[in-house]
Amino acid sequence: MFDFSRVTPSIPYILEGIGITLQIVIFAAIIGLVLGILLALCKIGTFKPLKWFANFYTSIFRGTPLVLQLLLIYYAMPQILGFNIEPIPAAIIGFGLNSAAYVSEIIRAGINAVDKGQQEAAKALGVPYSKMMKDIILPQAIKNILPSLMNEFITLNKESAIVTVIGALDIMRRAYIVGGETFRYLEPLLIAGGIYYVMTLVLTFLGQMIEKRMRRSD
Amino acid sequence: MIKVENLHKTYGKNEVLKGISTEIKEKEVIAVIGPSGSGKSTFLRCINRLEDPTSGQISVGGTIITEKNVMKVRENLGMVFQHFYLYPHKTVLENLIYAPIKVKGISKDEAIKSAEELLNKVGLFEKRNEYPNRLSGGQKQRVAIARALAMNPSVMLFDEPTSALDPEMVKEVLAVMKNLAESGMTMIIVTHEMGFAKEVADRILFLEGGQLVEDATPKEFFSAPKSQRAKEFLEKVL
Ligand SMILES: Nc1ncnc2c1ncn2[C@@H]1O[C@H](COP(=O)(O)OP(=O)(O)OP(=O)(O)O)[C@@H](O)[C@H]1O
Ligand SMILES: [Mg+2]
Repeated sequence: MFDFSRVTPSIPYILEGIGITLQIVIFAAIIGLVLGILLALCKIGTFKPLKWFANFYTSIFRGTPLVLQLLLIYYAMPQILGFNIEPIPAAIIGFGLNSAAYVSEIIRAGINAVDKGQQEAAKALGVPYSKMMKDIILPQAIKNILPSLMNEFITLNKESAIVTVIGALDIMRRAYIVGGETFRYLEPLLIAGGIYYVMTLVLTFLGQMIEKRMRRSD
Repeated sequence: MIKVENLHKTYGKNEVLKGISTEIKEKEVIAVIGPSGSGKSTFLRCINRLEDPTSGQISVGGTIITEKNVMKVRENLGMVFQHFYLYPHKTVLENLIYAPIKVKGISKDEAIKSAEELLNKVGLFEKRNEYPNRLSGGQKQRVAIARALAMNPSVMLFDEPTSALDPEMVKEVLAVMKNLAESGMTMIIVTHEMGFAKEVADRILFLEGGQLVEDATPKEFFSAPKSQRAKEFLEKVL
């Protein structure tokens, strides 16, 4: 049933996809984090229009399929912009924008989980809002936020496989191409699966290390 | 020192404070008592604007509190909560020096020096490098009192400071408060500790249904309350 000999020469080709996948995931994660923080600030703030915008943004990106968002950015945006977007930048933008919605929810929930009394105690001492957020609330919220954030990035890493629909040459796409060329799909897909699994294990391990460090500071 | 004029507070349709007026002089110790839900906490929280009054005026040291000057006024009003709200990620000492450094701009050395003096006063100097979760409830509350005092306020507000404590720890906190009262601090204390109110307070404010029903010396209030409502309340709690 298994015959890896036909696909062995193509293994380096599939492995090269790791670079593409990582490139997409890392840049998307950065966009997601930065934009997610900004959106979270809008959500916890008191300026209504920004609040509405951030909530609307989140509901759109969480309420529609990621594949649809990717296809819109890759195929439909050029219609509006008048120029084409390469698959990798399109993927980075798509995943980044999508991830921002989830990240902002994680951060908002993490901040809201900090006892309201902590804010009141700071207010009562005359501590201004920005300092209170930075020195009192965020250091406590980060303990709720980090584990969920790590999960979000693990999910992002796995879900990045759907960039194959816009033709970015990531791990998934390469496995699929090798399958087409050798007429054997089982082996390259298993190899791709193995790579994703190892990447997830590494990310999970990193996440646990970070959590352990946080707990030590308690 | 503090002047409250016709203070109203409404949550939705629920009128919680129905026009409270009173004046608190410097060095006066006030105990605010009354049944649950009578508006005691709300009254206290309006004084330092943790709640916005619906109408009415409050002035502290001659300054009428507004949106604009509230931060400045709060530096002058220490507050102690039922549930302490110490910063769990900061040590006892860091809890005390944070606001003096960040809000008042006092140098770190100076802040540490006065923080250590305060910790000595509340009997917790040895715990200065502990994190709050290593302290008992009574110790936490004493730290919270010291933290409020570290801002060098002219008035201290207490909202049921001993209600969340195990009985054996109530005494140590009350002792610290009694010391503070004797040192001449102006204090407004919401409390269910009738013995303490009787012994330490100069005046009792009895709140019921959002109204200031009685304003009397402890002697008058506890031996001969004027209103029927205060009589009924005392029968229940004493
Ligand atoms: N943030 C709020 N929103 C709506 N209603 C509130 C709010 N805070 C207090 N109330 C209501 O106001 C009334 C008075 O509350 P308050 O906390 O001042 O009473 P209290 O005298 O301190 O009672 P207790 O002895 O139980 O602490 C209660 O009926 C309460 O339900
Ligand atoms: Mg109360």
